[in-house]
Amino acid sequence: MKPVRTAALSILAATTLGLSSHASAGTTLDAVMKKGYVQCGVSDGLPGFSFTDAQGNYKGIDVDVCRAVAAAVFGDASKVRFTPLTAKERFTALQSGEVDVLSRNTTWTSSRDSGMGLHFAGVTYYDGQGFLVNKKLGVKSAKELDGAAVCIQAGTTTELNLADYFRSSGMKYTPITYDKSDETIVALEAGRCDVLTSDQSQLYAQRIKLANPEDYVVLPEVISKEPLGPLVRQGDDEWFNIVRWTLFALLNAEEAGISSANVEKEAASSTNPDVRRLLGADGDYGKDLKVSKDWVVNMVKQVGNYGEMFERNVGMGSELKIARGQNALWNAGGLQYAPPVR
Amino acid sequence: MSTTHHFKPSLPPPAMSVGAIGWLRANLFSSPFNTLLTLASIWLLWLTLPPVLNWALFDATWSGSSRSDCSAGGACWVFIQSRFSQFMYGFYPAELRWRVDLTVILAIIGAAPLFFRAMPKKWVYGVGYLLVYPWLAFWLLYGGPGLDVVETSQWGGLMLTLVIAVVGIAGAMPIGILLALGRRSEMPAIRVICVTFIEFWRGVPLITVLFMSSVMLPLFLPEQVSIDKLLRALIAVTLFEAAYIAEVVRGGLQAIPKGQYEAGRALGLGYWRLMGLVILPQALKLVIPGIVNTFIALFKDTSLVIIIGLFDLFNSIHQATVDPAWLGFSTEGYVFAAAVYWIFCFGMSRYSMHLERRLHTGHKR
Amino acid sequence: MHTPASSPPPRASMLNDPKVRGLVFQVLAIATVIAIGWYLFDNTQTNLAQRGITSGFDFLDRSAGFGILQALIPYTESDTYGRVFLVGLLNTLLVAVLGIVLATMIGFIVGIARLSPNWLISRLAAIYIEIFRNIPPLLQIFFWYFAVLRAMPPPRDSHAVGDAIFLNIRGLYLPSPSAADGFWAFVTALALAILACVVLARWAKARREATGQAFPLLAACIALLVVVPAAAIGLAGTPLHWSVPVLTGFNFRGGWVVIPELVALTVALSIYTAAFIAEIVRSGIQAVSHGQTEAARSLGLRPGPTLRLVILPQAMRVIIPPLTSQYLNLVKNSSLAAAIGYPDLVSVFAGTALNQTGQAIETIAITMSVYLAISLAISILMNIYNKRIALVER
Repeated sequence: MKPVRTAALSILAATTLGLSSHASAGTTLDAVMKKGYVQCGVSDGLPGFSFTDAQGNYKGIDVDVCRAVAAAVFGDASKVRFTPLTAKERFTALQSGEVDVLSRNTTWTSSRDSGMGLHFAGVTYYDGQGFLVNKKLGVKSAKELDGAAVCIQAGTTTELNLADYFRSSGMKYTPITYDKSDETIVALEAGRCDVLTSDQSQLYAQRIKLANPEDYVVLPEVISKEPLGPLVRQGDDEWFNIVRWTLFALLNAEEAGISSANVEKEAASSTNPDVRRLLGADGDYGKDLKVSKDWVVNMVKQVGNYGEMFERNVGMGSELKIARGQNALWNAGGLQYAPPVR
Repeated sequence: MSTTHHFKPSLPPPAMSVGAIGWLRANLFSSPFNTLLTLASIWLLWLTLPPVLNWALFDATWSGSSRSDCSAGGACWVFIQSRFSQFMYGFYPAELRWRVDLTVILAIIGAAPLFFRAMPKKWVYGVGYLLVYPWLAFWLLYGGPGLDVVETSQWGGLMLTLVIAVVGIAGAMPIGILLALGRRSEMPAIRVICVTFIEFWRGVPLITVLFMSSVMLPLFLPEQVSIDKLLRALIAVTLFEAAYIAEVVRGGLQAIPKGQYEAGRALGLGYWRLMGLVILPQALKLVIPGIVNTFIALFKDTSLVIIIGLFDLFNSIHQATVDPAWLGFSTEGYVFAAAVYWIFCFGMSRYSMHLERRLHTGHKR
Repeated sequence: MHTPASSPPPRASMLNDPKVRGLVFQVLAIATVIAIGWYLFDNTQTNLAQRGITSGFDFLDRSAGFGILQALIPYTESDTYGRVFLVGLLNTLLVAVLGIVLATMIGFIVGIARLSPNWLISRLAAIYIEIFRNIPPLLQIFFWYFAVLRAMPPPRDSHAVGDAIFLNIRGLYLPSPSAADGFWAFVTALALAILACVVLARWAKARREATGQAFPLLAACIALLVVVPAAAIGLAGTPLHWSVPVLTGFNFRGGWVVIPELVALTVALSIYTAAFIAEIVRSGIQAVSHGQTEAARSLGLRPGPTLRLVILPQAMRVIIPPLTSQYLNLVKNSSLAAAIGYPDLVSVFAGTALNQTGQAIETIAITMSVYLAISLAISILMNIYNKRIALVER
């Protein structure tokens, strides 16, 4: 009897100790510094945004955002670990603290920004929901989709937009919902559904997974606004600022013409005051963010500016070949606009 | 006067009842109904077997490097071949895979003596092995002093499947035994706690348990505590299996005659010594086949970790089937996965039957 | 030697009194459980509050806003999450019921075939059992789903039976009935026929027990069930209108549709579970003493009736308990539906609804309690049945 009683007592003691410990919860930045890496939630496989190549390396624009955050915090873009998350698990994973930042083609909406205890740090990609159909069907517009069977990924805003769109257009549809985006594309190819709906960027990404991508076409209609961006937990402004200004710095770098190729030269010899402030040559704007003075230099040198990230992962330098469009800088006719560093 | 009776030499049995024809008549064509069944089965086999064999063996492509090599019309085993190492090790760094191999080899060498019936001090050796090997395996697989750390997110394939299954059963055994003892305890509070625990885990699907461990466990714990994703899955699997083990062990405890308890008490043994020295050794021996069956169920259940995004054997294969370079070979992938699971499960179920027969003899008179 | 009376036993310390020790131990155990429970609860509360996560069950009244592939009750996008829960629950129950019925049928057939004197049949049954019970159910579900999808034609090239039934990759389209003029007359006639059958069955049983004469009950009942409702249709007119599916645009409209997800899931779960049931049936039959078979045969019963009237009823006593746990497993395995997009409880409620609301704890808690309730219900029903058929010892 004795060893058991001791065990029970010690469990009790441990529990009581544990009870008193949660009052002293530190900030995310402290925790990140302590463990030495940023834990980043990404997609479980979406070419261009986050996916693993045959060697198991993570790639994509969402992945690069995380690398940039790591470069800002540690000066080393490799100090990041990735957690692949399904659409279902992503929010709880962030809420519960399993990941420090969620960068997983997630749409910014009011309910996610408020009731779920999350904060969107900005927009990495302005997207909109579209439709992918087989050319054989002869469909030219989404307005002709009455009665169609629609493949869709579970637990996304697309699911809600789809219902709204068909209802407001007075059309009927059959939703076929899968857990993973890979299954939606397999089902489309098998003919289980007539049309696949998702954010347009994802449609392009998914299309290259088809055996004959040329047989499928993305319809012109965009039925929703889908601003995609990284999220952090509410109530930690310090960490929120770091992620948000990482995005802004990437945009500002592109706007100022600073790229991974010339960032070191610019940091040493630029005379443009905007550039000098951004790169930490004048003043220390990193200090208030609690990052190093040369955080933007590290970031751009190791990951590139926003334009480089875009072209490399989803733009013309990738298999997806998506045009900049809305994602061009504001002074090039797009929506990407960052407040100045000063 | 006596007459001697001479038996006539026996006639040979009718030609129709011995040999191949006799066997056929007795086993396949004993009645019109049986004949009908036999013919129907043969017809069924004729319909299914040749196409399956043609696809899997005769028309299949066995070597090559890309999907363009697969033009024979049958299965494309090249797909399996080209991804084989990923199916086995996941993303475990190629230059460190010897560590996985070594872990498996050590497990086999270490456990081998336990399977010899004549081994002296088997019990002592077994406990020692169980105490030492897990640390060694963890050190080899994860790394630590002297070895590079390999994050659990890089673990995958068959290796991960085995890790989950083995850790699950090893962790579930002690908890399950305690629960079974608790369920048969004379103290009502303990009994209620154990029954509730067991019935709760047995009543819910593993998929919800895994989901809970994956997304909710961190909400239950203080903020600083973060548990590895794999570890959380292992905790979930262990608790889940413990409930099943508890029921198996309870069966064994119930089969022990009351006299054993009374004899133990009469010798002055306390509860734990009575259980540890008298009851459990007998009960556990009785339920070994049941435990093996639970392990088989657990082994199959490991495929569910696909739901929480761990790359076990099945998920690795599933991921490979949606790779654009190999699209359209999902059947080969699933058949391969099925074959691997089948070999393990079938092997274990045969072993369990063998044990059942061997252990049974002791109780038959 | 002294007698117990002469010297009172030494007073044992309180700590060595098994009753006291038991009490202390139980109090400690309860305290530990409460402490752990409270610890988890408190952490959760703190975490939820700290992170600004909404909690509570209000979301059940909010509008869901997404469509569901299959709903057994009327459902539109504007319905509430509470209704989503019901739709998912009914879909789970549908698969569970279909699966249990089908698995039992296949399982009994294969189990009996396993013991067939026909060598080929028993071998085939053994192969079936060994193949299907050793492959994870999730894999089988995937396999059947993609096998079903691949074998079916697109809607425009449907396999058709007449102009009423169509089979294609989107499902099996059947005409759906709705009540017409003769509906109530038909229902009444059917009810009368069933009642007559029950009465007939009682009478036949009583007569058989009294005189030993068998009555062709099955044939008589089928005749009753056909003739009486047919007469009602003749008198009162057609009972049902049939809405026939018609190909318009992409898909068929109207009628009932059996979706391939349901078919794949039911088939996979039944085939998997049937392999276990077959083994249970086999061991159950083998547990019945061979003397029973010999006795029945010597009474002149043929093999069929021997099995049906003598062996199986006795074997059921052995079969029922493990059969129950197989049914429970089937219900729990039906949660794998999420993998192939069948809208069961886990898929639509613990999946989509959870993600749209972000309230993981509430949705998972509800889902788990539903499975617990289903498990308990099946256990209780089976226990009642088990009691009824248990051997009455004298």
